[in-house]
Amino acid sequence: MTADADTRPGTTLISALTARARATAHPHAPTGPCACADAPLADRPDATVVRHAGTVAKAHAPDADPTALALRVRVAARLPDVLLAPLAPAPVPLRDRLVTFWPYGAPVDPDDPDAAPWESAATLLARLHRAPVPPGLPPMRGPAKAARAVDRLRSALRATPHAPARAAAGPVLAAWAALPGWAGAAAPMPGPAALCHGDLHLGQLVRHPAPDGPWKLIDVDDLGAGVPAWDLARPAAWYACGLLPPDEWTRFLTAYRRAGGPAVPPDGDPWPALDVPARALTVQTAALAVTKALAAARPLDEVEQAVADACARMPALPPRRAPGIPD
Amino acid sequence: MQCPKCHAPMHTYNRNGVQIEQCSGCRGIFLDYGELEALTRLESQWSQPAPPPPAAPQAYPAAPAAPAWGAPHGGGHGGHGGHGHYGHQRHKSFGHMLFSS
Repeated sequence: MTADADTRPGTTLISALTARARATAHPHAPTGPCACADAPLADRPDATVVRHAGTVAKAHAPDADPTALALRVRVAARLPDVLLAPLAPAPVPLRDRLVTFWPYGAPVDPDDPDAAPWESAATLLARLHRAPVPPGLPPMRGPAKAARAVDRLRSALRATPHAPARAAAGPVLAAWAALPGWAGAAAPMPGPAALCHGDLHLGQLVRHPAPDGPWKLIDVDDLGAGVPAWDLARPAAWYACGLLPPDEWTRFLTAYRRAGGPAVPPDGDPWPALDVPARALTVQTAALAVTKALAAARPLDEVEQAVADACARMPALPPRRAPGIPD
Repeated sequence: MQCPKCHAPMHTYNRNGVQIEQCSGCRGIFLDYGELEALTRLESQWSQPAPPPPAAPQAYPAAPAAPAWGAPHGGGHGGHGGHGHYGHQRHKSFGHMLFSS
């Protein structure tokens, strides 16, 4: 197999992972020469992802819970109309990481806003939210990620004196303080739990088979049981902050409702259900932006400022509550 | 969408301006809220030489609802902000913000 590349001292995780992807792509000649191109797709502290031909290998975060990750991958295998199905049914260890294997899918083009698949994203979410929650599945990790972004901002504030970015941090922390505990994973999520993606954005959709197969959701690391409105809250927050045009928000919301999604009522004002998650994701986005600006000792750019400004308007307006859901 | 009965894919058809979904498997029909009333209304107008009904009703004739903390030129404050703002920021925010955690 690929034991050499896996364990040789000095070999990077990315090259060991590429060897695994190559072996999975060519199971009959795992170490032989091949003409396929290798491409790193992501190399972040929480994930390293490489592609070899039609195979993608992902090394999950060093602190990923093995049992929870296995359950999440199994959900993807069971819902192939909604989530990209894994190539292997269970994660495998590689050094100190767990690795999963997936078929390559074609992503959304970041340079072509008009081609963004808003209806498909909404319909896939509605189907996901209507699927049964498997027993033992842990909570969706959206609120934990929002809390982590705010923690990072607090650490960055302690470390840097850059005045303009420090000034932007105050309203972000104030908006966070006004949210109920569940929005930061400090309390259980309210209401009936649905199967949720947990980290929806436009990088989480691919067409499989590439380049023009049906759209599927990818990345199950944050998938779990929880408040389904969380998965609608990023587009909702982008719309509220003026980053997503009303037409595109309407297309997304209408498609979700048409597909019978349970996160919002079938008609009328969706904001009582969306308000807390959309605030939390606005705060999360602003916290990450201000943290980056602090690290680079630079002011916020125009888009980041729009998100921080929305945080500044929040504390004066108490969060709304979905009917029948306690604080 | 999938048929709630037999799970085959459903296809959308436009009948006199009313969108209906029909299952490609069992041929069952799904009507959204208000569509049955729209069809009944059309039926009652059938004998009259009325002009054709308007195209599919707009889900949101006005700007969609938005939270009060939203942007003045964007979704917030009733959403009456106009579209120039998006043309200005659209590409930047799309590639920059809408693809990251």
